[in-house]
Amino acid sequence: MLSTEQVIRRGQMRDRVFSILGVALTILCLGVLAILLVNLCREGLARIDWQFLTTFPSRRAAKAGIFSAWVGSALVMLVTGLTAIPLGVAAGVYLEEYGRRNWFTSLIEINIANLAGVPSIIYGLMALGLLIYKWEDWFGDKTDSIAGLGQSIITGGLTLAFLILPIVIVATREALRAIPQHMREAAYALGASRWQVVKDHLLPYSTGGISTGVIIALSRAIGETAPLVTIGALTYIAFLPPAPFSHTESGQMVGPFAWLSSPFTVLPIQMFNWVSRPSSDDNNFAVNAAAAGIILMLVTLTMNTVAIVIRARVRKKVKW
Amino acid sequence: MKLTLVSAAILASSVVPRLGLAQDKIIKVDGSSTVYPITEAVAEDFQGENRGVKVTVGISGTGGGFKKFVRAELDVADASRPITKAEIEECKKNGVEYIELPVAFDALTVVINKQNTWAKNMTVAELKKLWEPEAQGKVTKWNQINPAWPDAEIQLYGAGADSGTFEYFTEAINGKSKASRGDYTPSEDDNVLVKGVEGSKNALGYFGMAYYLAHQDKLTAVNVSWEKNKATKDAVAPTTTNVNNGTYAPLSRPLFIYVNKKSAETRPEVKKFVDFYLANARTLTTEVKYVPLPDAAYETIKSRWAKLQTGTVFGGEAAIGLKIEEILTREAK
Repeated sequence: MLSTEQVIRRGQMRDRVFSILGVALTILCLGVLAILLVNLCREGLARIDWQFLTTFPSRRAAKAGIFSAWVGSALVMLVTGLTAIPLGVAAGVYLEEYGRRNWFTSLIEINIANLAGVPSIIYGLMALGLLIYKWEDWFGDKTDSIAGLGQSIITGGLTLAFLILPIVIVATREALRAIPQHMREAAYALGASRWQVVKDHLLPYSTGGISTGVIIALSRAIGETAPLVTIGALTYIAFLPPAPFSHTESGQMVGPFAWLSSPFTVLPIQMFNWVSRPSSDDNNFAVNAAAAGIILMLVTLTMNTVAIVIRARVRKKVKW
Repeated sequence: MKLTLVSAAILASSVVPRLGLAQDKIIKVDGSSTVYPITEAVAEDFQGENRGVKVTVGISGTGGGFKKFVRAELDVADASRPITKAEIEECKKNGVEYIELPVAFDALTVVINKQNTWAKNMTVAELKKLWEPEAQGKVTKWNQINPAWPDAEIQLYGAGADSGTFEYFTEAINGKSKASRGDYTPSEDDNVLVKGVEGSKNALGYFGMAYYLAHQDKLTAVNVSWEKNKATKDAVAPTTTNVNNGTYAPLSRPLFIYVNKKSAETRPEVKKFVDFYLANARTLTTEVKYVPLPDAAYETIKSRWAKLQTGTVFGGEAAIGLKIEEILTREAK
């Protein structure tokens, strides 16, 4: 028989072992990230300057920049955000607040959970078939004005929107579920309709949780390469998409949405391109790749930080 | 859910092209990753001189590029091998006519580790013994190829199966396109191959000459001898001179661009781009470390381009160990 003291000591011992293990693992994870960052910075930090951000890619590594790549990334993210957020939030609200529990909604739920785990390249293949090739079968002659979307910003944006949609839906549902049931009941008791409850109470309360989820989803999307390579975005692009209402060489006015159908490249693809070409000391593309990597990491880390800040703020405001 | 997405996508697509009424002129090029550096250099300088014309250059591989070219989705296809019979058929079906223009030479280079002292010269037969499909799992040591060589395990590095490099190497060495042993380290990223051979004394690999030239200090190039070589039976080093005079056979190959005839006729910017390409091919090819064609060859090609002469001189066959003069004097089939 162990004495009470021994039992307590053994318990404390286990606690300590576990916390040491936990700290060690955390340090290990952070260490990997730190090594990666230090490595990237050592190689590429000196390369980042205004010129790097405002010039187009070039065969001469020292003259090359990421202008078309970061503009492409930003525009693709804009399309992704504008499609995935409204659709995802609406779907989440429906499933959580409106949908009755039956076989159909369970089926949808299982599907969404599965979709969140599908490798990203599969989404690329789907977009290739659905957005690029399938149109021709649906609408016939490809000389028609409704041809496939081609390798355009809208294709890229929609592909990544498919990719992060499940994440947005799940985040929305979790944020809604965190709101205590009595908030809803109180609102109903005062005679609010379902839509009023959603609009005036549930959505405002869950904004923090939803935006955290959305930002994390977007920061995943911005680093995606595989699905975009699949739809053929691996290209040398040394121009920007046309700005709305600007004028072409021939003096025609550009429509407000013309940029959507412009070819594009994005940061991770530009990096991939640079990493995979012969790189010598006098023409060092590896340095460019590292510099682009730093920018991409900065963007991702900034987005994640914003997500954390929003979450912390909302937590403070919660009154129930 | 899915329905919403699809209908949203349909809605978006039907609206988008109409709103984008005035587009700038975009010249679309796609295809071989081997030809890419040349086309990229041309596109960069061309856009520098011609504001308002935009050029996109993709890397889908030669086959991937032709897949789009035969559907008339491209103005120009980059190719590291001649167009195949199947692709010619597709072109006919879709009414696509094409102009075949050789633009440069690439020499596939077989490389070994700097410490390898025995295999500096190899015959095509020896390379075949090493790379043919039957060698898989059997030929694993250097002394199995040549008894005088060490009893040491070989590590093999080569091109990935989707590349034109792989197709050409297997055709030239093993006699059949895409027939290769599978137990080697394949990579589309040539830097991986460079690192692999650099790091191991008993390694052997192959890739395009530009990569070898960028890493000359770390690797040795194998001199290759070929019994069917008309010029010499000696082992020949992969150098610009030897590629140009046709002695580095069978591993030097012409690189092409294929131009859609309709684009060339109806769109002045495409015509201008190809003019620019041919006028600057010599300097730019050298700059990106490929081998330019002889001057006389560029003149012949320019006149072929000026006449918009369609068709291929290869008849859908692969061509191994041909000199550029032989290619240019052939009639299009």
